Amino acid sequence: MVATLTSAPESTPLLLDAQRLFCERDGRVLFTDLDIQLLPGDLVELRGPNGSGKTTLLRALAGLNPDFEGGLTLSERLLYQGHRVGLNLLLTPLENLNWYQTLQHLPSDRITLEAALAAVGLAGYDDTPCHRLSAGQQRRVLLARLHLHLAPGGALLWLLDEPLTALDTAGAEVLRGLLVARIDSGGAVLCATHQGLGLTQSRLLDLGAVRL
Amino acid sequence: MSTLVGTDDSAPQGHLWRLFSGQLRRDLLAAVRAPGELVNPLMFYLIGIALFPMGVGPGPNTLALIAAGVLWVLALLAILLAMDGMFRRDYDDGTLEQFNLHMQPLFVGVLAKTLAHWLMTGLPLTLIAPLAALWLYLPSHAVGTLMLTLLLGTPVLSLLGGMGAALTVSLRRGGLLLALMILPLYVPVLIMGAGAITVVTDGLDPAAQIKWLAAILALACTLVPFATAAALRIGMEQ
Amino acid sequence: MWTWIKQLWHKLGSPRWFYDIAASWIRWLLPIGILCIVAGFVWGLAFAPPDYQQGNSFRIIYVHVPSAMLAQSIFITMGIAGVILLVWRMKLADMVIKIAAPIGASFTALALASGAIWGVPTWGTWWVWDARTTAMLVLLFLYFGVIALRQAIAREETAGKACAILAIVGMIDIPIIKYSVNWWLTLHQGATFRLTAAPAMPPEMWIPLLITVIGFYAFFVAVLFQGVRGEILRREHRTRWVSELVAQRGALPGAAS
Repeated sequence: MVATLTSAPESTPLLLDAQRLFCERDGRVLFTDLDIQLLPGDLVELRGPNGSGKTTLLRALAGLNPDFEGGLTLSERLLYQGHRVGLNLLLTPLENLNWYQTLQHLPSDRITLEAALAAVGLAGYDDTPCHRLSAGQQRRVLLARLHLHLAPGGALLWLLDEPLTALDTAGAEVLRGLLVARIDSGGAVLCATHQGLGLTQSRLLDLGAVRL
Repeated sequence: MSTLVGTDDSAPQGHLWRLFSGQLRRDLLAAVRAPGELVNPLMFYLIGIALFPMGVGPGPNTLALIAAGVLWVLALLAILLAMDGMFRRDYDDGTLEQFNLHMQPLFVGVLAKTLAHWLMTGLPLTLIAPLAALWLYLPSHAVGTLMLTLLLGTPVLSLLGGMGAALTVSLRRGGLLLALMILPLYVPVLIMGAGAITVVTDGLDPAAQIKWLAAILALACTLVPFATAAALRIGMEQ
Repeated sequence: MWTWIKQLWHKLGSPRWFYDIAASWIRWLLPIGILCIVAGFVWGLAFAPPDYQQGNSFRIIYVHVPSAMLAQSIFITMGIAGVILLVWRMKLADMVIKIAAPIGASFTALALASGAIWGVPTWGTWWVWDARTTAMLVLLFLYFGVIALRQAIAREETAGKACAILAIVGMIDIPIIKYSVNWWLTLHQGATFRLTAAPAMPPEMWIPLLITVIGFYAFFVAVLFQGVRGEILRREHRTRWVSELVAQRGALPGAAS
């Protein structure tokens, strides 16, 4: 399939510039001639049926899967949130966030982290091991991660794979707020969803739209 | 210019140290929360040792003769069995993705994870080895050498095993494959470790073997983390 | 010279170029290899004088020595190919590792088996834990590890790179293994039998040996190249040049030629 998604005036710094991406997996072409350019303020929803290559594309853009062809330049710091939760369930939300922040050279003091947890409705769960949290609450810890990236020095480019999974309506609302905050403060978001985010700012990129 | 609270963007060394210690602390914390996994390799070691008198016979002379080899072979196997767990949990819960993406440079994190894993397997094993040596009638003057060789040798086993674990991290049943890949690489450590003990029981000086073990450890420390980091990137591609 | 190497390097990146050039190499190497092996065997088995200590049983060196040499060379080849694959991402290197591993394992097994057969008249036993045998056995296990790893990983690119890492680490470990095994042997001297080779082998003995060694190497390279050619066809079967090749021959290529 062929898909292009460009928006544009030159000279603005691109956060993501992927040109003529091609990926083949197990003898099946997932995408070819795919151009994606993301500018500050862009929010793009990645759609497509199961197996259309949404996860593969996000992983390729994040640098987790080098087996694709084409040109790719992206902003130095990015945030990738995959299918798997990315939390050590033996550790508390606070410990998980602390590790994650250290990895990213972001502030990791207790006050910042507690504020982030409170912002996503997890106040009081700081010291509960993650395996005692519900699936939705675990997902909310990830929202706290996004929240922390809104701070100066955080990643401007967010690549999210099905972030709505297991979130309740309130959680989804928090997520929408975070996404809007990111694009309003000079960032860009590429997000794979089935349900749709329900945000007016978002544009669609449908990987299943045209099939060869 | 915005300032970040709590970050330290001064010297690059300090920054590497922060990454290293942060990863080490996290892994140790997680290990302490699941103490069962900590005890299992030790139990395996003791059971494995205890099987030998039952198989070979209780004669002190026979047992003392094979003690050095048995103590070391079982250490090899115990560490090997524990290796699969080094990346498994992180892979399953998805934290390994974040580790791969954001740990820069990756080998620093690998070194921290290996050290944490060794502190939870190799070090306790070194500490209970004298008990096992007692069962096999290892002469008491050789016990110090046994512990010293294990102290120098088990980190090498953890480093090499970590590389194997990284290569097989996305395979559901990596355990047996890991053994097949890694055990041949363990041969020099086994020969030097068990050799040093044999030399001491014969009343000679094991300095040469111990220096060799130290040299292998230095070599492994400097080279293997890079191989493991590359292996982790490859192993995560699936 | 340098530009020539650079050109060759670039060409090696193209499987199609290698497919054609390998065919012309095989045309020479295969006959040379077989000729050398046959000539060396006939000379060594029928005309070389018997050993003054071992009589006729020494003649197995004409199989044993070349296969033992190849066993180690092939692993080193795999290690170097591994470096090339990981650093320069040359697909050909991956194919070399894949094809070379089972060949190397076979020669290692042949070296061990011929050593065991040799052991009966020489040492009076099928198996002796001497330094070379032991190192060879560990080498066989290293080969098994690489082969098993490749079979366990479903994705071809991932399997190739994983095997490359293992081959490199194995290659670095081989001298350490050999050294430590030698050491181990001096420690357990009592249990070993040393094969005291005659101080200087007469030319009637070593010339046929040299010929068989050359023959084995030529044969290996020919088999490796043929295997790599097959692998190229399999991996590139959807490209145009392969389908053109198939159309040209009117049958499966490789069956002809």
